[in-house]
Amino acid sequence: MRTYDAIVVGAGHNGLTTAAFLARAGLDVVCVEKNDYIGGAAVSRNLYKDWIYSNCSYVCSLLRPEIFRELELHRHGLQVTPYGGSVTFMQNGDYFGSYHDDEVMYREMCRFSRHDADAYKAYSADTMRQCRFIREFLLSTAPDPTSFKPSDIRELMKIGGKFLEMSEDRMYETIRFWTMSVAEYLDEYYETDVIKAAFSGSGIIGTALGIHSPGTAYVLLHHYMGEVDGNVGSWGYARGGMGAVSKAIAGAFQAAGGELRTEAGVDQIIVKNGKVTGVALENGEEIRGNLVVSAMDVKRTFLNCMQESDLPSDFYRRVKNFKIRGSSGKLNIALDGLPTFTALPKGSPLIHSDMHFIDSMERMERAYDDWKDGTWSKDPYVDMVIPTLNDPTMAPPGKHFMSCFVQYCPHQIEGRRWTDAEREAFGKTVIDQIANYSPDFKDLILHAEIRTPQDIEDQIGITEGNIFHGELTMDQLLFNRPVPGYAQYRGPVAGLYLCGSSNHPGGGVMAAPGANAAREILADLKRPNTVPENFGDD
Amino acid sequence: MNPTQVAQGRLHTPFHSRIAALDTLNNWHTWKGYTTPDALYCADLEYFAIRNATAVFDLTPMTKYRITGPDAEAYVNRLVTRDMTKIRPGRVAYAVWCDDAGQVLDDGTIFHLRPGEYRLCSQERHFAWLTAATIGFDVTVKHETADVAALAVQGPTSFSVLKAMGYPELGELKPFGLAHVDFQGAELMVSRTGYTGDLGYELWIEPGKAEALWDALFEAGRLYGIRAIGTEALEHARIEAGFLAAYHEFLPADETIRTGRSRSPLELGLEWTVDFKKPVFNGRRALAEEAKRGSTWRLVKLDIEGNKPAHNSYIFAKPKNNREAIGFITSAAWSPVCKQNIALGTVRTPHGKPGDTVWVEIYYQREMHWSRKMARATVVDKPFWFPERRGATPPGPY
Repeated sequence: MRTYDAIVVGAGHNGLTTAAFLARAGLDVVCVEKNDYIGGAAVSRNLYKDWIYSNCSYVCSLLRPEIFRELELHRHGLQVTPYGGSVTFMQNGDYFGSYHDDEVMYREMCRFSRHDADAYKAYSADTMRQCRFIREFLLSTAPDPTSFKPSDIRELMKIGGKFLEMSEDRMYETIRFWTMSVAEYLDEYYETDVIKAAFSGSGIIGTALGIHSPGTAYVLLHHYMGEVDGNVGSWGYARGGMGAVSKAIAGAFQAAGGELRTEAGVDQIIVKNGKVTGVALENGEEIRGNLVVSAMDVKRTFLNCMQESDLPSDFYRRVKNFKIRGSSGKLNIALDGLPTFTALPKGSPLIHSDMHFIDSMERMERAYDDWKDGTWSKDPYVDMVIPTLNDPTMAPPGKHFMSCFVQYCPHQIEGRRWTDAEREAFGKTVIDQIANYSPDFKDLILHAEIRTPQDIEDQIGITEGNIFHGELTMDQLLFNRPVPGYAQYRGPVAGLYLCGSSNHPGGGVMAAPGANAAREILADLKRPNTVPENFGDD
Repeated sequence: MNPTQVAQGRLHTPFHSRIAALDTLNNWHTWKGYTTPDALYCADLEYFAIRNATAVFDLTPMTKYRITGPDAEAYVNRLVTRDMTKIRPGRVAYAVWCDDAGQVLDDGTIFHLRPGEYRLCSQERHFAWLTAATIGFDVTVKHETADVAALAVQGPTSFSVLKAMGYPELGELKPFGLAHVDFQGAELMVSRTGYTGDLGYELWIEPGKAEALWDALFEAGRLYGIRAIGTEALEHARIEAGFLAAYHEFLPADETIRTGRSRSPLELGLEWTVDFKKPVFNGRRALAEEAKRGSTWRLVKLDIEGNKPAHNSYIFAKPKNNREAIGFITSAAWSPVCKQNIALGTVRTPHGKPGDTVWVEIYYQREMHWSRKMARATVVDKPFWFPERRGATPPGPY
């Protein structure tokens, strides 16, 4: 029986990234995927007629350009095009727009508050400063502060050095930033409720926390540090949907001789004498490998696919306590035409932007209250985009695909599984929210796919359907991600590695965990490194 | 509610119709959201209008604030590093303002219009910061950029033009003085200020009278060589005068992301605007410490050998065998009036004392090919261009 050098479990973008870099180093690699399609949560699905849905992740900006370049993803069909702006519709019939053009943005903010318009400059600079601090460490393994290995000490000194480079005031500012709530952070700059509400969404997306919860300022940063072609903070669409990302990485993997197997769900990771030897598939088949690399989230990997007796008990307990709470749902909608929004003037560029429907901090926080009560937000935060205004490949001409990310939506309803009626009711809540601002919207709906976190868990496999494979709070970041002592992509069993977003630097279709894991694996195997370094900014 | 939408394009100043009528190049750029000409017919000739006759530049997009109230003087005094109690009504002061770390947020001019009433003109927008600074003061800050149309009227014949317009009394106006006169029933404020280092004035009026003011000015200036100019010519004159520009000689401190990229007034040659005798002003503690400890950077005016402008050049201590640069050029130009190769730059102390020699690495291109020259440069302490007429009161007819 054939023994692979490495078996990668899960063909999402991170699993494929690890697989590609290992294959390019000359390893014999197989990547197994439980579904009959690849991509995990970076996927394009054809679920209705000629429509293509990015039915999980829907925008692309954090994907590391270093990885894109190294794997030559453009040769494998990936093209990311930027789009601009956002709009927040208000209950009084007005709206607040964020425009791509600085001067138009300034005028728009002045419409609400000149104070806030001028404060935007300092806000952007202060936020960008924090981005720069963390960005440098995305494409490297988080150093372990308790370790005396030269590589850890070197990385720690780099972080320390970056920190000490700052002036006193900025050091204080940085430490405060990492623990603050997004609401407090915005309060330091802005006085206008709708402006704060518009900016606060980035602090809670994918996170089971409210805008007033400590740690949400960091989540804002996580959304701010993306880039498209060097334009930090820019967002883009992958042409053809987010599946194009996974497909391109899979192309690079296969071009390097890698083997991809779908409908090959892993039942167990096999451990013999304290070392992994392969995986047992759900269909009973066994695949042998010297290494097993799990792209599944940390809970699914250890609690579902391994025996507790093979794992250290402290580690097992910590994995059980890892926070990976489902907080977001998704509606994917096929539209017969472009909806109009009452508040927007004809020809407004904002139709191309992210649309939101909560105009106050109070409503943002109330939306979270429903989640705490074990149900979906009755007045939900929706991040809605119409990618087909930008991408002609996802719907027939004149027709549109609308992606609605919905916060908050619990993994279970009051502690039990969702019923079909509840899923429908959740979908109706979201559709009603949008229809409040677009009278012709409902009539244009041809098909809607409604996905609760439970559906995402059932279909993709992510525990509780948490989009980041675990929350991005300080206790679960850097050397604490996923659990202390295991933050360098190595599991507690010999030959077992982790490469999913439960690991540093977390989720967001960055492909960084996958790349970092490959670098560590190749170092352990004493193979030449194929993973690129951070481009750096200075 | 009808859909509202802010203007999506660049705005026109109240003088736009007149500038567009004189414009032949159709070469525009954006200045704080407004359409502004780079040049109208020829930047070189426009420059000579500044130095030889009268140049008119539309400075309406300049950020303007009105500060009023019983505590206006105390407020302004706390805001800037300079002693503003010495600036009486009818006088104008160049000033810088700093954050608490003593780093320059911006520079600008403060017009003491009347008792308890000031206009602050700046390169950048500061409403959030100016508002935050009002706490504890009985003072109102109002943004008035679009409420005031403004023209710079600069050059040796500029007084003659104003005189021909019917304002001979402006001959008594000293540099940094201001006066209110009547223009067709509206109040016209005239200040003897400018950004060219030459004899010159700035005219401030309500936007509704802007076109009439322009017409009257050009009618009066017909025999005195009056010409409208764009930003390119002004930029040349500004370097000759040794004036600073935001984003060239300094970055507004609240916009800097990297540590050490901002500058203090002491690092910009503006010690004379910092008055430590004032007990309280923004940045005082940090600046007092810097004055004791010594600054990191120094702004230098350089007289460079040869005739190739030192755009974007590194500055070195020696002509060769340098381990690293001591600084870099921030603005450079060939000065047609001085026939000098001039530049402003920022160097690390202790380098760059007046009279010092430094070396500037100049790259220049001739017919596609690039050449490199290490040019000797002398640090000078006076503006490159400072004609006697700039200070003469009353100004001569020239």
